[in-house]
Amino acid sequence: MKRFHYLFKDRLALLSVFIITSTLAAGVFAPWIAPNDPEEVHMELRFASASWEYLLGNDHLGRCVLSRLIYGIRPSVLWVLVTLAISLGIGTIIGFISGYFKGKIDALLMRVCDIALSFPGYVMTLAIIGVLGVGLENILLAFVLMKWAWFARIIRTSVMQYSNAEYIKFSKALGVGSFRIMWKHIVPVSLPDIAVTSSSAFSSMILQLSGFSFLGLGVQAPQAEWGMMLNEARQVMFSRPELMLAPGITTIIFVSAVNFFTDALQVALDPKLMSVTKKKQGKGIYQAANLHGKA
Amino acid sequence: MSILQVSNLRIWDGITGKVLVPNSSFELKPESCLAIVGESGSGKSLTCRAIMKLNKKTIRQSGDISCNGVRLNQLAEKEMRRRRGKQLYMILQNGMRAFDPTSVIGVHIRDTLMHHYGWNRSEIVEKMKQAMLSVRLQDPVEIMNKYPHQLSGGMLQRVMISLAIVLEPDIIIADEPTSALDSVSKYEVMEQFVRLREKIGCSMIFVSHDLSVVRRLADEVLVMRNGNIVERGDASILFSEAKHEYTRFLVSSQTELNDHFRRVMGGPDYVSRGSR
Amino acid sequence: MGGYILKRSLLAIPLLLTISFITFVLNALSPMDPAEVVLHAQGVPRITDELLAETRRALGMEQPFLIRYFDWLLSCLQLDFGNSYVTGKPVWSLLGPAFLNTLQLTIISVVAVIALSIGLGMISALTEGKNLDKSIRGVAFVLTSMPPYLLAALLVWYFSVKLDWLPTNGMDSIQSYILPVSVITINYAGIYFRIVRSAMLANLNEDYVLFGRACGLPEGRIKIRLLRNSLQVAISVFCMAIPIILGSTVVIENLFAWPGLGMLSVKSILSRDFPIIQAYVLVLAAAFVVVNTFSDIINALINPKLREDM
Repeated sequence: MKRFHYLFKDRLALLSVFIITSTLAAGVFAPWIAPNDPEEVHMELRFASASWEYLLGNDHLGRCVLSRLIYGIRPSVLWVLVTLAISLGIGTIIGFISGYFKGKIDALLMRVCDIALSFPGYVMTLAIIGVLGVGLENILLAFVLMKWAWFARIIRTSVMQYSNAEYIKFSKALGVGSFRIMWKHIVPVSLPDIAVTSSSAFSSMILQLSGFSFLGLGVQAPQAEWGMMLNEARQVMFSRPELMLAPGITTIIFVSAVNFFTDALQVALDPKLMSVTKKKQGKGIYQAANLHGKA
Repeated sequence: MSILQVSNLRIWDGITGKVLVPNSSFELKPESCLAIVGESGSGKSLTCRAIMKLNKKTIRQSGDISCNGVRLNQLAEKEMRRRRGKQLYMILQNGMRAFDPTSVIGVHIRDTLMHHYGWNRSEIVEKMKQAMLSVRLQDPVEIMNKYPHQLSGGMLQRVMISLAIVLEPDIIIADEPTSALDSVSKYEVMEQFVRLREKIGCSMIFVSHDLSVVRRLADEVLVMRNGNIVERGDASILFSEAKHEYTRFLVSSQTELNDHFRRVMGGPDYVSRGSR
Repeated sequence: MGGYILKRSLLAIPLLLTISFITFVLNALSPMDPAEVVLHAQGVPRITDELLAETRRALGMEQPFLIRYFDWLLSCLQLDFGNSYVTGKPVWSLLGPAFLNTLQLTIISVVAVIALSIGLGMISALTEGKNLDKSIRGVAFVLTSMPPYLLAALLVWYFSVKLDWLPTNGMDSIQSYILPVSVITINYAGIYFRIVRSAMLANLNEDYVLFGRACGLPEGRIKIRLLRNSLQVAISVFCMAIPIILGSTVVIENLFAWPGLGMLSVKSILSRDFPIIQAYVLVLAAAFVVVNTFSDIINALINPKLREDM
């Protein structure tokens, strides 16, 4: 893990790590951090501007914008993270099985992946919501159904690449158990690929989830969620455009931080990119993964 | 009088400031062949590209390079470009990658010759045909209509040589032209280099880490290590009476390998056959 | 080459069949009884068991599962997706025009995305490390981190509300294309331009560029080669952009009230109009597979190396 050392040398990367961790912490400890009840309506405070009690002002129902933002971290970020972990888990297991054992299992699993990947992301999500009904959990379910195949693909490629290495063949010849080889030798080396892929998937999932919430297909009122808050703000966009600022800027900052972290991670984990990038002050190339995330 | 004079050439990385070649000076006599020997990373390629002024943008260079009395380092890029190809020609290590993979190799040849000499298509084909036949490439027209990946490394190397025959440059810089080849193609390509010199009487800088190749071709040798020229001199003398221990090391390791090869194969090697 | 095209096209057929089957199963998994939904939608005041049974029979629901699937598939192939539960109109009469509207939006946007990302990618790669490159990448970075609907809302707020230049919704005139197309373009060009840029940078270090320069070729000619080689990488990505954008116009369509698939699908989801949802999923997934197949074929056509491997 020496390479993480590079990551922390990069100040902007450090800043993004700070933003990400503090956001996650704020989400977990929301009840203690949030100054007010996010769902408490004060009709007399409608559209009130910032005050000491309500640091970011009040929305169209007089609810505390800051508290809603903090509580909104839970569905917008934390639940997405959980979803990511689940799909990553499934994808990793399948990717490892496929890449390590190859042959028929691999062919079969990859056909299943093909099918899962042949549904465009948005369409699949809409289909699931259509069948199971509107709600955050259905969107997250759709994400899991979509993303595992994508992770499995990438991890399989990476495992295949490493399992052909001489030292793995040597271990196999020595009769070391498959599971032990995978855990001892393949997991550590394919970790960078997994890290970069999941980090970039994270930001695109956040954006997608907020998009669905924005359409009213995700989190239901009165629960707070960033996309939902933007949707509420949109309805008064012509008279009170400033209400879009808080959730909008929060989303942009958080997603930027994740994207930046992805790039920095990629550079830190890939020494080859490093030599070029360090010099040129550029940031890596994460788009292939991100691309799919957009789907 | 030398055809190319390099003095106080210094090459460094413009971003990290790391000096890659501290200070080297050498000259190339007309119609002779100067070999630059050394392990990879010793600054051989950088030196070659510095002469062509073709190092990456981030690599900086200083010092004087004059070719036929013209100071190349003071020329504008446009002037320099006019000389590249026509006066200074470069042959690269990997023919597979030296040609544009998306078009047939005839396109590059035509572009180059049309640009420098303004010949029309049939003139180019006629001239190239002769040149390619002379480097023992059969069916020149068919080869020109092939994509780089459809030809072997040795063939592409000979295509580059045949282009040199037509361009007739004053100086040819060959940057490890045989390193990527198997020994049979290496031998064929080497033969063509020897004939190329006889044919157009050009001067040549030949970069290699393969001493057997150098021995066959070079008049003078520079030995580079970590960016410095550690030894220079006449090729024939250098191999027997190297002063610097690094050169002796290079020579001895090569001889050992050859001896071993000869023992294993039980026959005479082509190196001794070709040495002068 | 013809053999490859045939082989690749045939490969798409089992995939299409599986997709159609999944779409059908998905519907069967739905917790709601279609007969009940139909009766509700038609505003029948009191739903009796006989009425339910009769409706089920009318919907052909007592048949075995596989038979229903094949019946459904056959009629789908004739573009007969059944009738909307809500309005009772044939699904295709609603879906067809919406599909065309979405397709229009998608194609215009894809063309814009490709043009913009090639342009910016080239500029950025050729000025690598300079301020222009840095600022292009910086702006692209922020824009890709921005939810598309926020960008849309900002543009609407500025151009439609403050300046009153452009319409906020509908697709009545040329002007109404401007905002939706710009939002999609800005959002995706930010990603795709990075691909063009990195492909060009990778190619810039290739030997053929060096050899071209060593032969004294004019910079213009070298740039053309560079672009051709870089686009080879980018082209498969661009082909993929078509289905990706086609599927992701949902948010934009709903924001700008664009009468396309995205709007239709969200409306159907909210009113639980299953035949439309089913048809929507099927049509888009099929489009996805078809475009993928085409992009593979196009790739093989331009890439001489790939062609040989087939």
